[in-house]
Amino acid sequence: MTDVALTKKDFTSDQEVRWCPGCGDYSILSTMQSYLPELGIPREKIVFISGIGCSSRFPYYLNTFGMHSIHGRAPTIASGLAISRPDLTVFVITGDGDSLSIGGNHLIHTLRRNVELKILLFNNQIYGLTKGQYSPTSEQGKITKSTPLGSLDTPFNPISLALGAEASFVARTIDSDRKHLLETLRAASAHKGSALIEIYQNCPIFNDGAFDLVKDNETKEAALLQMVHGQPIKSSTHGLVHKGASLEVVELGSVVESDLVVHDAHNPDPAYAFALSRLTSTGHNHVPVGVFRDVSRPGYSSMVNNQISEIIGKQGPGDLNSLLTSGDTWVVD
Amino acid sequence: MGKPVISLDQVVIRFAGDSGDGMQLTGDRFTMDTASLGNDLSTLPNYPAEIRAPQGTLPGVSSFQLHFADHLIQTPGDAPDILVAMNPAALKANIRDLRRGATIILDSDEFTTRNLTKVGYTTNPLEDDSLDSYKVHAVALTSLTVAALSNLSLSRKEAERSKNMFALGLLSWMYHRPVEATENFLRAKFAKKPEILAANLLAYKTGWNYGETTEDFAVSYEIAPAKMPPGRYRNVSGNVALAYGLVAASQQSGLKLFLGSYPITPASDILHELSKHKKFGVITFQAEDEIAAIGSALGASYGGSLGVTSTSGPGVALKGEMIGLGVMLELPLIIIDVQRGGPSTGLPTKTEQADLLQAMFGRNGESPVAVIAPSTPKDCFEMALEAVRIATTYRVPVFLLSDGYIANGSEPWRIPEVSSLPDLTVEFAKSQEDFQPYLRDPKTLARPWAIPGTEGIEHRIGGVEKADVTGEISYDPANHDYMVRTRAAKVAGIKVPDLLVDDPTGDADVLLLGWGSTYGPIAAAVEQLRGNGEKIAQAHLRYINPFPKNLGTVLESYSKVIVPEMNLGQLAMLLRSQFLKDVIGYNMVRGLPFTTAEIVQATMEVLHD
Repeated sequence: MTDVALTKKDFTSDQEVRWCPGCGDYSILSTMQSYLPELGIPREKIVFISGIGCSSRFPYYLNTFGMHSIHGRAPTIASGLAISRPDLTVFVITGDGDSLSIGGNHLIHTLRRNVELKILLFNNQIYGLTKGQYSPTSEQGKITKSTPLGSLDTPFNPISLALGAEASFVARTIDSDRKHLLETLRAASAHKGSALIEIYQNCPIFNDGAFDLVKDNETKEAALLQMVHGQPIKSSTHGLVHKGASLEVVELGSVVESDLVVHDAHNPDPAYAFALSRLTSTGHNHVPVGVFRDVSRPGYSSMVNNQISEIIGKQGPGDLNSLLTSGDTWVVD
Repeated sequence: MGKPVISLDQVVIRFAGDSGDGMQLTGDRFTMDTASLGNDLSTLPNYPAEIRAPQGTLPGVSSFQLHFADHLIQTPGDAPDILVAMNPAALKANIRDLRRGATIILDSDEFTTRNLTKVGYTTNPLEDDSLDSYKVHAVALTSLTVAALSNLSLSRKEAERSKNMFALGLLSWMYHRPVEATENFLRAKFAKKPEILAANLLAYKTGWNYGETTEDFAVSYEIAPAKMPPGRYRNVSGNVALAYGLVAASQQSGLKLFLGSYPITPASDILHELSKHKKFGVITFQAEDEIAAIGSALGASYGGSLGVTSTSGPGVALKGEMIGLGVMLELPLIIIDVQRGGPSTGLPTKTEQADLLQAMFGRNGESPVAVIAPSTPKDCFEMALEAVRIATTYRVPVFLLSDGYIANGSEPWRIPEVSSLPDLTVEFAKSQEDFQPYLRDPKTLARPWAIPGTEGIEHRIGGVEKADVTGEISYDPANHDYMVRTRAAKVAGIKVPDLLVDDPTGDADVLLLGWGSTYGPIAAAVEQLRGNGEKIAQAHLRYINPFPKNLGTVLESYSKVIVPEMNLGQLAMLLRSQFLKDVIGYNMVRGLPFTTAEIVQATMEVLHD
C-alpha cells in the first residue's frame, strides 16, 4: 500500500476506451475514476465485475482488479468473491438487459441477501451491443429492430423491482450530472450492504434522447425531484405531497412549503420508497433522483463469516483427523 | 439360546417397505452394526423420487439392500437371500429379484384385501401357492409391535411407526448383530422425545426377543469378519467421502473451501455434509439457481479460494456457459456431477453414466476440461483430492463424475492417516513489476493464479479471447488459433497415473474396461469368471480427460476390449475416436447398476464367440 494519496490517473488503465462517441458511459467512467481515490482504498483491494453489454466493458478501463464475465451473471461471481474475501471492495457494473432480463434472478437474490456489493445499473432503455432491440426497461410501444410494430412488453421499473426484492439501498442518478453521481456513489459506499444505483444513461446511437427531459438545461430543473434526506422533495417548479397512502406531484405555488413531503431515506416502511419509485411510471416529467431508500441491515458476507468465526470460537478450529474418524468406527488388527 | 447357529460366508438382505416405513434408516442401522463386526459390505439404497407416494402402492416402495461377507466383496449383490417386506406392495415390487429358495419375512397384518387389491393381487400370496419356492415367515409385525408398546401412552398410529425397529431387532437376532450401537443411536436421535425413544427401544428389543423365543425362527446365522488390512475403519457413502475429500483438500492446500450449490438429487447430500463443517472455514452457499451456484464458486476461485460446485446432469446443462468462462479465465474450478438418469428430469433417484460426453463437450467452442471419475464410494475421497490437485496445478475446471449408485451406496473405508495425504500447497502470483496475467508456466502451461489484494498486479480478465501473455482483449486470428491449441495442450498435458491392468496369467485375449461406478460389478464378474477358469483381464479408468498415457498400448495388447457402461456407449465413442480401437460396448440404461451375472454373461459371449 502506498502512502501517497492516489489520483484519478492511478485508476485509469492503459486501455483505449471503445464506446461510441457521445456515449453516456464516458462521463460515468470519468466520474468513477475521479471518485475512487476518495475511497482511500488501495487499488488492489478494489474489484469491478461486469456482465455483458456496452457498459460491461467498464472494468477494462480502470486500473484495479476486474472481470468482464458473462451475460447477466456478474452478481453471482461478485457474490462468491465478496463472501469469500470480505477484505475487498467489490463493484458490479451492469446494464438494463444484463441485470433485468437475462440476469434478473441474480439481481433480486443478491439484493435480498444484502451481499456487500455496489451495483451500478446503467439504464439506457435499449439493447446497444446487439444493435438496437427493446430492453426490459423500454417503454411500451417502442419501435425497435425487433419490434417494428411497437413493443408489447410492460417495462420493469428498476427501482420498484429492487425495493420489492428487499434492497437496503436504492438510488437513482444521471450519467451527465457529475456532481450528483459523485454524491450518490459516496452514499452507496457509506452503506454497509448491497447498494443499487440506477444511472440514466444516454445511448446516442440506438436510443438517443431517451432522457432529454431530465438532461436538457431547459427542462431538467423542473423535471428532477431532488431527494435529500431531511429536506422537502421538490424540483424548481413542483413538489410532492401525501395523497392518501400515495404521493402526488403538485405545483409549488399551489401548496405551502410545510405541506411538502420531507424525504426520509431511512424510513423502515418500503412502501414510502415504493411510492416515490412509481412517479416515473408515466414518463420523465417528474423524476425523483437521489437515494430512495437507505436502511441498515446486516451484510451477507459479514453474517457468513461471523457464523464461521462463532463456531470456531465455540468449538475451536476443525481437526481433520477427528472429522475422518468421527461416527461409528472399528479397528482391524 | 439353544437354537442352532449356522455359519455363512455371505448374505444379501433387502429391506423393503412404504416410503414412510423407515426402510432407509433400518438399512443404515443394520449396515452400521454389520460394519462394526468387521464384515466387508456394500449397500444399495433404492427409493422413489416422490417423498411420500400414496401409501401401500408400488411407486411408493423404498428399499435398502445390503451385502455382507466374511471375505472382500465388490457389489451390493445381484439377488437377495432375504427379503423383508413390510406390505404387499414391497413384496410385489421385489419378489422377481429374489433367488429361488430365498427367505421372505413379511408383515402379515398388512396383507389385507384392501392392500392386496391396491397392488393388483387377486389372491393373497400368503394363501395361494405363489410363494411355494421361498421360505416364508409371516410375522404379525404391526400387531406385535403395537401390543408390545401398549403400556406406553402412544396412539396406535404412533406405535405402528416403530414396526421397522421390530424388524431390525428380529434381523439383528438372526444375524447376531450387536445392539448397543443402535440403542445409542436411538437415544441420541430421540433425546428430546422420551416416549418415542422408549417405543423404538422397546420395539427393537421385542423384535430381537421374538426371534430368540418363537419357533418360527429355528436357526440363526453368523458371518465371520472379513480379512481386511489393519487400520481404523468406518462405513462411508460416496457423497460423504467426497465431502470429506474436499475438506481434506482444503486443509492440505491451505485454501478456503467454498461450495456454491443448488439442491438437486442425488447431489444434495454433499451440500448437507459440507454445511456441517464450518469450523474448517468451509463456506457453503445455497444459491438461487445452478448458474449462481457455479458463478459464486468461480468468483471464490478468482479470489483465491477452492471454488467447488456440486450438482447432477440437469444442473450441468445450466452451468455450461460458466464452465466455459472458467476455461477462458484459466482458474481452478471443481464441478461435481452426481449423475442420474436423463435426459431432462429423467430418473432423479436412479443411477446412470450418461453425462460423460456432456462433461467432455457440453459447451460452446473448443472448451477442454479435465474429467475424472471415482470408481467406488470410498474412492470418492481420493478423487476429490485429485480433482483439487489438477484444478489448482493446471488452473482449469475439473469435472468429477460420480453417480447415484456410489453417491448413496456405502462400503467400509480404511481411514487414511492425515500425514499420508498429499501436499496440495499452491502459490499465488506475487507483487511484481510488469505483471503478465497470461504468461504461462512452461511445464504445466498454467497461467499465474493472481488474486485481488496483491499490490502491483492489478489486471483485467474476462470471457473475450485473450492475447497470449498480456491477457488483453484480442480478436487476432492467429492468436485465437494459438490460444485454442494452448488450452487444449494444457489439458492434454495434465499428469495422471498410468492405467493399471489386472491380468494375472498375462495371456488373456479379452480386456474388461470400465470407468466410474461400474468398478464393483465388473470386478465381481472378473472374480467369478476366473473362478470358472476363464482368462480375462480387467482395467478401470478413473481419469478420462486426459486418458492415462499408456491407454493406447493397453488397448493394443488385447484382441477384444469389452466396455460396460450405463449409457449407450459414451466411453466407447471416445476410445474409438482417439485410438481407432473397435471396442465392444455392453450397455444398459435402466437406472440400476449392472449385476455381476449380466457382466459375466456378456463376457462369456465374447470369450466364446
